Amino acid sequence: MAPDGVSGTIARGEADVTVPRRRTGSLARLARRRSTIAFLLALPLILIIAGLVAWPATWAIYLSTLNRRMTASVGLDNYLFLIESETFRMVVWQSCFFAITAVLLKALIGFWLAHMLHTIPARGQRKWRGMLLIPWVIPPALSTLGWWWMFDPSYSSINWILNVFGFPSIPWLGTPWWARIAVVTVNVWYGAPFFMIMYLAALKSVPEQLYEAAAIDGATGLQKLLYVTLPMMRNIIAITVLFSLIVTFANYDIVRVLTNGGPRDTTHLFATYAFQVGILSGHLPRGAAVSLFMLPILAVAAFFILRGVSRRAREMM
Amino acid sequence: MAQVSLRRLTKTYDGGVAAVKAIDLEIADREFVVLVGPSGCGKTTTLRMIAGLEEVTAGEIRIGGEVVNDIPPRDRDIAMVFQNYALYPHMTVFENMAFGLKLRGFPREEIARRVDRAARILGLGELLDRKPKALSGGQRQRVAMGRAIVRDPKVFLFDEPLSNLDAQLRVQMRTEIKAVHQTVKTTTVYVTHDQVEAMTLADRVVVMNQGRIEQAGPPGELYANPATRFVAGFIGSPAMNMIPARLVPTAAALAVALEGGPTLPVPAERTARYAAHVGRDLLFGIRPEHVTEATRTDKPNLAPIDVTLDVVEPMGMETLVHFRLGRTSVCARVDPQAAGAPGEAMRLAVQMDRMHLIDPATDRVL
Ligand SMILES: Nc1ncnc2c1ncn2[C@@H]1O[C@H](COP(=O)(O)OP(=O)(O)OP(=O)(O)O)[C@@H](O)[C@H]1O
Ligand SMILES: [Mg+2]
Repeated sequence: MAPDGVSGTIARGEADVTVPRRRTGSLARLARRRSTIAFLLALPLILIIAGLVAWPATWAIYLSTLNRRMTASVGLDNYLFLIESETFRMVVWQSCFFAITAVLLKALIGFWLAHMLHTIPARGQRKWRGMLLIPWVIPPALSTLGWWWMFDPSYSSINWILNVFGFPSIPWLGTPWWARIAVVTVNVWYGAPFFMIMYLAALKSVPEQLYEAAAIDGATGLQKLLYVTLPMMRNIIAITVLFSLIVTFANYDIVRVLTNGGPRDTTHLFATYAFQVGILSGHLPRGAAVSLFMLPILAVAAFFILRGVSRRAREMM
Repeated sequence: MAQVSLRRLTKTYDGGVAAVKAIDLEIADREFVVLVGPSGCGKTTTLRMIAGLEEVTAGEIRIGGEVVNDIPPRDRDIAMVFQNYALYPHMTVFENMAFGLKLRGFPREEIARRVDRAARILGLGELLDRKPKALSGGQRQRVAMGRAIVRDPKVFLFDEPLSNLDAQLRVQMRTEIKAVHQTVKTTTVYVTHDQVEAMTLADRVVVMNQGRIEQAGPPGELYANPATRFVAGFIGSPAMNMIPARLVPTAAALAVALEGGPTLPVPAERTARYAAHVGRDLLFGIRPEHVTEATRTDKPNLAPIDVTLDVVEPMGMETLVHFRLGRTSVCARVDPQAAGAPGEAMRLAVQMDRMHLIDPATDRVL
């Protein structure tokens, strides 16, 4: 029934297109008609987004204004409580620290890996590319479990290696800073291949002749990287960083498996803390408020990054 | 001062393709040399070896007397204009032109001065702040040339710089390149497969075929006295007619008996040159413009032939007529007034002192 309705509308729309513009106002009507079709065609997607994004988001906002037993509205009290809370401020700080260091390291390591891969001749490249992608395709909850074992105080294989070279054992998950380093390490290990594959595609899309032109213009290898490769890749870098920033900021599974927020809540991120407050401690509205704090932070980052991307795309493509 | 010399220059690609086979070429300072030849003959490879973008398999390249085989492109002091321009899309026109100077550490005022001068020569004044995306093909071409000019290098290298432009713009840019070379006298190596471009631009044309140099010389020389069958057929449009023929002795001197056609007298002064080839199977070469209507009498050594026209192509200034001699289709260039209609008989005159005889066994012009 629905497909018939849609195609019927299209047919009528096309008929309108062929009608000569004799009467005034027919053009306006045409535009209106076409936008109606566009709306109908986009409707399934709009419904999906409304159902999976808009509705839960609205619900979360509503939820965050309720009291613990969800019987009465408390206005912004949940937010005010969080801002006052020492632990929550540490969560904000830790989330920013975690996301920024992890994304920066992923970007650098990914770029370096992509460059190494790019210089390997095409035949050998596939094999290496496949191997380097492995961390990214293993479900992170499982691979984190593996890392957890490597960090384990009693059986840590990393500590064993350190001991072999005469270094003392490190309490990986036991002290705040080592635990923070550990979660960042695992996140970088898991996420760097994604950067690598994006950058590799970008590197391949830079025309070889630009490097030749730069070589003749007098550029050294480093200058080619600075003045040709990086500017040509800027949009891909920006979009990859934004995407990764969002995902890393909202990371849940690695921290949950590796440290569960400890020691003493020092490695909690927004998502794990929201889970802790909302589900484990049973204060659902306050948990909702925790996760909603992510929104403005990410929105600001996204705004600036995407503005740069679209400006460059307009000028260069 | 930068002469370029290639000695036994050879390039064999991985996989065994012999792209350039031991070529020798001396390019004088300030000379404009055009490498021309059919697709795949090794022109680009030669140019890229001079630029340093392609490794030399054997032989030697000297720029300004110095062997540059192992010197990277950036230290060769050359500038290159690529076929698809290779402008940096993220830089403005000014930045594109200034890039080479910036890398070489020129002071800012000097860069601005040089870019301004190049922009004036090329008429790029208003475009300096634009990105390449916002330029037309011809403008991009000019920026690519500007990038080469500002550097004031020892040698300019051009690889088919006009092949991406439409016909009209190509003619215009051709004139402009010539004008630029007259202003900034720099040694230039220019690659093209378009022989008109080669003839109009070059001080000296180098015809390449299958990785070898067939002949090198001033355009007029190549046109009038091609050394090989390939050059004879390649230079000139429409191409030279080549008719199977045999050299026969006559009472006074020699004559060529054309296959399926008349016997034409060879000019007396060539008797000694051809004497050794009497009786052999040869190719008689004559350009279409040297077969004209018989009513013309302004040239010496005209030999009349009577033909039946197959195809008549009016070109405006002149008319091309095609007819058959034996198995060969022959083209002649006649005055539009004199041309008959297809199927009609016509009397033409062959300018015998413009004839060539080619030995099909060696493919050399005798
Ligand atoms: N990178 C390469 N690897 C292997 N063979 C190559 C390579 N580049 C060119 N060739 C071969 O070398 C020969 C000469 O190529 P080149 O590009 O110099 O020709 P060209 O004269 O510039 O032709 P065109 O007029 O089509 O540009 C060709 O047979 C080509 O197939
Ligand atoms: Mg070429």
